[in-house]
Amino acid sequence: MLAKRIIPCLDVTAGRVVKGINFLELRDAGDPVEVAKRYDEQGADELTFLDITASSDNRGLLLHIIEEVAAQVFIPLTVGGGVREVEDVRRLLNAGADKVSINTTAVLNPKMVQDAAARFGSQCIVVAIDAKKVENQPFEWEVFTHGGRKATGLDAVKWAEHMVSLGAGELLITSMDRDGTKIGFNNPLNRAISNAVDVPIIASGGAGSLQHLVDGIKLGGADAVLAASIFHYGEYTIQEAKEFMQKNGIEMRL
Amino acid sequence: MRKIDIAVVDYGMGNLRSVSKALEHVAPEKSVLVTSCPDEISKAERVVFPGQGAMPDCIRELDARGLRESVLFAAHNKPFLGICIGLQMLFEHSEEGDAAGLGVFQGQVKRFAAADMHDEHGEKLKVPHMGWNQVYQVVDSENAAHALWQGIENGTRFYYVHSYYVAPADQVITTGYTRYPSEFTSAIAQNNLFAVQFHPEKSATAGLQLLHNFVNWQP
Repeated sequence: MLAKRIIPCLDVTAGRVVKGINFLELRDAGDPVEVAKRYDEQGADELTFLDITASSDNRGLLLHIIEEVAAQVFIPLTVGGGVREVEDVRRLLNAGADKVSINTTAVLNPKMVQDAAARFGSQCIVVAIDAKKVENQPFEWEVFTHGGRKATGLDAVKWAEHMVSLGAGELLITSMDRDGTKIGFNNPLNRAISNAVDVPIIASGGAGSLQHLVDGIKLGGADAVLAASIFHYGEYTIQEAKEFMQKNGIEMRL
Repeated sequence: MRKIDIAVVDYGMGNLRSVSKALEHVAPEKSVLVTSCPDEISKAERVVFPGQGAMPDCIRELDARGLRESVLFAAHNKPFLGICIGLQMLFEHSEEGDAAGLGVFQGQVKRFAAADMHDEHGEKLKVPHMGWNQVYQVVDSENAAHALWQGIENGTRFYYVHSYYVAPADQVITTGYTRYPSEFTSAIAQNNLFAVQFHPEKSATAGLQLLHNFVNWQP
């Protein structure tokens, strides 16, 4: 049967992989092509690249990195960050991305998600949802944009359903209050979204131990787990993570 | 015209870079050409027929480029590898957009019934079927698997992303199957033709092995 996936996330800026805490304090974590190859060799099921500068000036650099990775690493590649128009999606797919992740633009212009899915197919359109627990709303989790700086007033669960109805083929759910904290995924949020939609969801934000990855699948109902820091600095290899998850009754590709 | 070892059929639906790069990786000495020219497809020694997106659009774009005839000729006459929608298009009809296919094989392309599908823990199974799933190889009366499975263990995982699957009228063409949660045909073979629902170009070493086998296949 279908295996659950481990997806290392490479935050890229100025041609380097970096990792921050709560979207701040960036640390260098290596050359993107080298990091991608290392993860592929360790058995990563997919790779996600997020362009965290999201300014247009080094967009060409990212395309070049994706081209280089795609020529050497034969597993699925998702690319996101600063995707604003259907044309951006086309360029990334042509560079070798298999899926493109759309975040802020999905909120500002939901029709772009619909247009991109209609043109390229839902299978390559991932909508990334950054959510935070809120107290002042009639719902539990609110969608944020612009790297977590702007509240939208949108209920994350309802928003997820809406994005799927427009053609999103997969959802990447990042818990803003947990990202980089290593205290575990926001499993209640992920479970609520996983139950509400038919498409696969990727849990992101907060993984700090192998047990967190297990919990993300079992408690959060995620189909894949995304993690950066626990892999970037060599705390665990992907292989170790997969073996641990398999021992805990989760079907993995070993 | 220079010799074309492998033509990758390009009908304008999505990214074919991964397919061509993976072929170049396993066969650096061969010429790999991504083409939408019927003549080049007719002259190529081998043809790869990939596809992504929605099947009705794929058929429409294939016809808009006048590629139907050369693809059908290749499917009947030379080493031919269909991938994903490139498998689905070989059948008579798809539930996706109620579209007619190329009709090389009798049978339907059906959608996974998301609402009724659960795993052994009672968890809902998602559609699209996305990720790494096992392929079980079908053996012949002499207990031999197809030549394209050479060097690939029975039950090896390949990468899938699809919402529709093929249901051949005659199961004799099924050479690989997968469970989600019911069994569905994930690879077919007949004479010079082999076609798979998964993406060998995205399936790490197992996928590269299958492409290597195809590039060297003498049906």
